[in-house]
Amino acid sequence: MKLQEFTASAHNFEECMKCTICTAYCPVVPVNPRYPGPKQAGPDGERLRLKDPYFFNQALKYCLNCKRCEVVCPSGVKVADIIQSARIRYDHTPPRLRDRVLANTDFMGRLARPFAPIVNGVTSLGVTKTVLDVTFAIDRHRTFPKYSGRSFEGWLKRRAKEQAKFPKQVAYFHGCYANYNYPQLGKDFVKVMNALGIGVQLLEKEKCCGVALIANGMSQKAARNAGQNVQALQKAVDAGLTVLTTSSTCTMTLRDEYPELLKVDNASVRDSVILATRYIYQLIESGAAQLRFKENYRARIAYHMPCHLEKLGWGIFSYELLKMIPGVEFTLLDSNCCGISGTYGFKKENYEASQAIGKPLFDQIRSVNPDFVACDCETCKWQLEMSTGYTVKNPISILAEALED
Amino acid sequence: MRFDTVIIGGGLAGLTAGISLQEAGQKVAIVSAGQNAMHFFSGNFEEIGTARERVSALFASAGVRTHSSDGWMLMPMGSMREVSLTLDDVAVFPDKHVAEKALIVNYTGFHDFYGTFLAEALEKNGTTCRIRFVRIPEMEHLRLSPSEMRSVNIARVMDEHWEKVVSDIRVLLKDEDLILLPQVFGLKDLSVLDKIRTAFPARVAFIGTMPPSVPGIRTQMLLKRRFEVLGGTFLMGDEVTSAAMHEGIVSSVTTRNLDTARLFADHFILATGGYFSKGLVSTPTLVNEPLFGLDIDYPEDRNAWYDPDFFADQPYLNFGVKTDESLRAVKDGVPLQNLYAIGSILGNTRKADYGSAAGLAIRTAFAVADTIKGGNV
Repeated sequence: MKLQEFTASAHNFEECMKCTICTAYCPVVPVNPRYPGPKQAGPDGERLRLKDPYFFNQALKYCLNCKRCEVVCPSGVKVADIIQSARIRYDHTPPRLRDRVLANTDFMGRLARPFAPIVNGVTSLGVTKTVLDVTFAIDRHRTFPKYSGRSFEGWLKRRAKEQAKFPKQVAYFHGCYANYNYPQLGKDFVKVMNALGIGVQLLEKEKCCGVALIANGMSQKAARNAGQNVQALQKAVDAGLTVLTTSSTCTMTLRDEYPELLKVDNASVRDSVILATRYIYQLIESGAAQLRFKENYRARIAYHMPCHLEKLGWGIFSYELLKMIPGVEFTLLDSNCCGISGTYGFKKENYEASQAIGKPLFDQIRSVNPDFVACDCETCKWQLEMSTGYTVKNPISILAEALED
Repeated sequence: MRFDTVIIGGGLAGLTAGISLQEAGQKVAIVSAGQNAMHFFSGNFEEIGTARERVSALFASAGVRTHSSDGWMLMPMGSMREVSLTLDDVAVFPDKHVAEKALIVNYTGFHDFYGTFLAEALEKNGTTCRIRFVRIPEMEHLRLSPSEMRSVNIARVMDEHWEKVVSDIRVLLKDEDLILLPQVFGLKDLSVLDKIRTAFPARVAFIGTMPPSVPGIRTQMLLKRRFEVLGGTFLMGDEVTSAAMHEGIVSSVTTRNLDTARLFADHFILATGGYFSKGLVSTPTLVNEPLFGLDIDYPEDRNAWYDPDFFADQPYLNFGVKTDESLRAVKDGVPLQNLYAIGSILGNTRKADYGSAAGLAIRTAFAVADTIKGGNV
């Protein structure tokens, strides 16, 4: 008798035993009847698509790529990767202008930066929102992220000399958000690292990680970004630097989406790309460094773990760090998706689903009534601030504000 | 990272042990590779034995209601099973004659609930049955996709719109003294169960559906939340990849996600389940426990692993990790000093002491939690 010893299938899809646990935990299924659900869109559909691409279903675009199906799968099937790979492989519809604008976060950032006050003013006008809604299908309820007049990169370049004086060095993949929208996050990161006795360097050439390009059908451009980023990361790694991040989604993209979805080999740099909270937690735990906090710091913090951080499995580092701050009253919010999923929630056709997905989380935040919410993801921040009115801060910014002066 | 106890496996056994230890003031981490067999739970704590009151109390603290009385439970295909402790969802009958007349209600197009089988079985025991179907507009969207008319999806709609179904059933109900409904209620809002029970002049019984099990998923979510509220660390979607052992003592484990951040602990509990969750792995030539390489008793001849009669007691279900009296796992003939095995990974190796299924999971979890707590005093 000849027996097959091992099974090997793309994204482990042969391991699916049809238990439907993924569908039970999918945040989209309860709110969008047009979405076939992760089991049908993923491993079940893959069987059909392998027979004939005719079976590709446009409804796969409703997948948030939140990866919750992968986190709950008892059989190790990479359900979301199967779905996203199918979109990349079979969906050749050219992305519409709106999606190009939303997805090109770094290009838009560079474009908007010199005119930031005007852009911010115009995008927050009711009339602009209505025009965008009607002509562009960007939902009028959304508040456009503000652009900063000065980029984080420029700020850090001006401080390169003083940063170089620190005996220990790390590189920082800041992402589009810290660079164009909210440089304060980058500054907070530098403050915390400096307090640990570590200087911060930029990568030689950082591109947008590409997550929004993948989501909007521009995977070729995403792969070009990925190739350039891996080169930049490689240079840092060759120089003996660890590359830290403050965005959970950029981190997951750099580490896991590059090889799984874009087929860009990152094996030589993957282990060196680490979320800052993880790096800091391990540094403090090993006794190699410590942080000193204000004695009178007081805050009631509710922590929301972003989906992609849950997938990375590193939320524990962020919230354990917050718990280390004396005077913090901490609540871990239930594991729920906030519904924004990057550019997804900005699109008019997804607005209602997006808000319905986030409702249990919004309700819980209101009932906990914290001083503010902590979260490692910038798009979760936009969603939660807009939908609950509570301020959302990155754990790194919380560490920075709690540090002894 | 340092913990008092690290539990590998986040199902019924792992969570029961985790909550017990966390309640006793320990710092506990649970590593869970995806969701677990709780999602197929019938609601019956088989062979629970003397742990009955203790588990009721522990579950009550998590908001999980149980029902402790001897009687009979009506299974999804119409057979009757003797029970002593069940989830509150389960209707327990004093004998096999459940009613004079029963109205069996299903949703049009819901294929995971078998009214005809139920009716056939009940009629053998003298119950006259009528099967009727309901449909409400709020559920119609589930029909758009052929695979989405499933218990959990219906339950989500029912949490909000149960009253519409109740008023439909009021119209259907004639002189029946029992109404049978699928277990698709109370996924998030437990109060729905009582509201439906008290809505009719007849008794209401919720009967199990094909997986996933709505009561099982709800129980899993509530137990996990209780564990976290007590301060426990639940690492979902992660798996242990290696263990550091020296002279019969496990010092730490690594996980896929945490890699260099090893999990150190004084005690380790292996609650990774049976073949379904890969706690036990069978290949064409051997059966093994993949994480620690623990000892398992089984015949070399593969033909002796199974009985060709599908419904016979299958020998492979008796294979399990070997332990000593205190459930310390045995490796190369010697018990490891601080690694315990609980739940389905034991197979039927400890049936005489701890029973099987849910009973085994809970009773071994309590036994090991007590051993660990005792050792700390």
